[in-house]
Amino acid sequence: MGRNVRGPVPELMSAAVHSCSLVLAHAPDLVRHGSKPTREDAAEQIAPRLRTFEEALGYPPHQVFLGNLRPEALWEIERPWWGHPVEAPREGPFGVFVDEEELYRRLEAADQFQLLRLDGREAADGSLPIYRNGDRAGVMLRAHDLDESLSASVLLENLACKATGALALEHLLARTGFPADELQYVIGSGEEAVGDRYQRGGGNLGKAIAEQAGCVNASGSDVKAFCAGPIHALVVAGSLVSAGVYDHVAVVAGGSLAKLGMKFAGALRHDVPVLEDVLAGLAILVGPPGDGAPTFRLDAVGRHRVGSGSAQQAVLEDLVVEPLERLGRKITDVERFATELHDPEITEPAGAGNVPQRNYKLMGALAVRRGEIPRDQLDAFEREHGLPGFSPTQGHVASAVPWLPHGLEALRTGEIGSTMLVAKGSLFLGRMTELADGMSILLEPGKE
Amino acid sequence: MDPENQDRIKSLVDEHGAADLVVVLGAADLEALEVAAETVTLGDPAYVGPLAGVQLGLPVVHILEEDVKEQVDPSIYDEQVGLLEMTLDVEQIKRAASTFPGRDGR
Repeated sequence: MGRNVRGPVPELMSAAVHSCSLVLAHAPDLVRHGSKPTREDAAEQIAPRLRTFEEALGYPPHQVFLGNLRPEALWEIERPWWGHPVEAPREGPFGVFVDEEELYRRLEAADQFQLLRLDGREAADGSLPIYRNGDRAGVMLRAHDLDESLSASVLLENLACKATGALALEHLLARTGFPADELQYVIGSGEEAVGDRYQRGGGNLGKAIAEQAGCVNASGSDVKAFCAGPIHALVVAGSLVSAGVYDHVAVVAGGSLAKLGMKFAGALRHDVPVLEDVLAGLAILVGPPGDGAPTFRLDAVGRHRVGSGSAQQAVLEDLVVEPLERLGRKITDVERFATELHDPEITEPAGAGNVPQRNYKLMGALAVRRGEIPRDQLDAFEREHGLPGFSPTQGHVASAVPWLPHGLEALRTGEIGSTMLVAKGSLFLGRMTELADGMSILLEPGKE
Repeated sequence: MDPENQDRIKSLVDEHGAADLVVVLGAADLEALEVAAETVTLGDPAYVGPLAGVQLGLPVVHILEEDVKEQVDPSIYDEQVGLLEMTLDVEQIKRAASTFPGRDGR
């Protein structure tokens, strides 16, 4: 069976999540460099439907992301949310939303090879034109004339990921007061492929982000698993801390420039603003238990097994049912599940439906099938155990983690007794396997 | 329907011929269903993929339709589709399927 059965966990095996920061960076002039808008040469089509910074700030899902609104508040705000702005501070308890000026300043600061030149020069020799407020501002240079991995567009993607990941890590350190020079290890969990043609995707953006955030005593590495990357990385981070290898580990990820404007065609078709105009970043501090920090149940990690197949039911059995059964618990014992939290106002106009809602219905159906809830309670499962989608469609960022700072608060205050982060990844996109992937982790209240 | 799926379907038609093929859709979104059905019958409505201007005229059904369901081993159907079937508005999808191009709309 390959099931992971073992006895009680020794006291030693423990780690806690101390904090999580989530950041947003408005990038309307970079939407043209998203993969889809580039391929369809759609910059002019998109321009009239881009949002101002103020519009993006007041967009209710973004305020949930920053922690100024609870996720459940979205169930009460009339749709479309983009037509019903809320009070719009740039900062919230969990993060900050920077405008494009600040993003560009940070891109320049993160660019050690001076490839981003915002000096008004014209694009030439494989460089990429960069715009500011719709006007030409300069270029992103390529670093090699033949190496595709060092082309201007790939380097801009990687630089955007580095800068937004560092923004999140800096926010995390400032918010917690954790000294930058005491962080020992930083795990990058984004999806960008950093490297040259001899080691495409060789990686270690984790360490580059650690450097950018001033973590001089840290090393790092990357854990890659498509959208599920951050949850795999959390499990690794928790294991490293619990094993005593490091005291504190940060899991970080920057934003995905390639996904900007990905679903623009659906948005334009339905006369909706292009909402995929923000880069997102995350940073999570994992350390020893204490200070009331919620703890990992490292004895109940859910993993999608190679032999399980890719049917939705099989994936959920592996990620949700099997780890809970190991603890003798039911699906309905978990107060909140976080799954892919994609904003439905981005996915629905593109014909992809409401992703989190669909996931919660499947979980609910599994609970019905297991006799945990009656059939007529299926539709209520979403609101009782789930969440509305409020994350930008930034791949790995959207996978469960946007709930984490909210969930940590709810665990600290005793509002909930447990929460499970469930992430899935589309491994088949890389053409090396037809498998899907997934990983889950259960969190519980910590000790003082 | 994305260009890669269009290409796969076109390749299957080139290899096996249209006479022996039927397209079984599984999407839950009504608009996505409509577009997919149109793509494999009348051609890509967005006119960007390999099926732009190509009228394959393939018969299209949905996996949730009764006569399709009957063709599948019940245990496999349950394992692969059972949970999804429980969460979707099956009647709405059946109604949408009845209006696919080439169907009589009953």
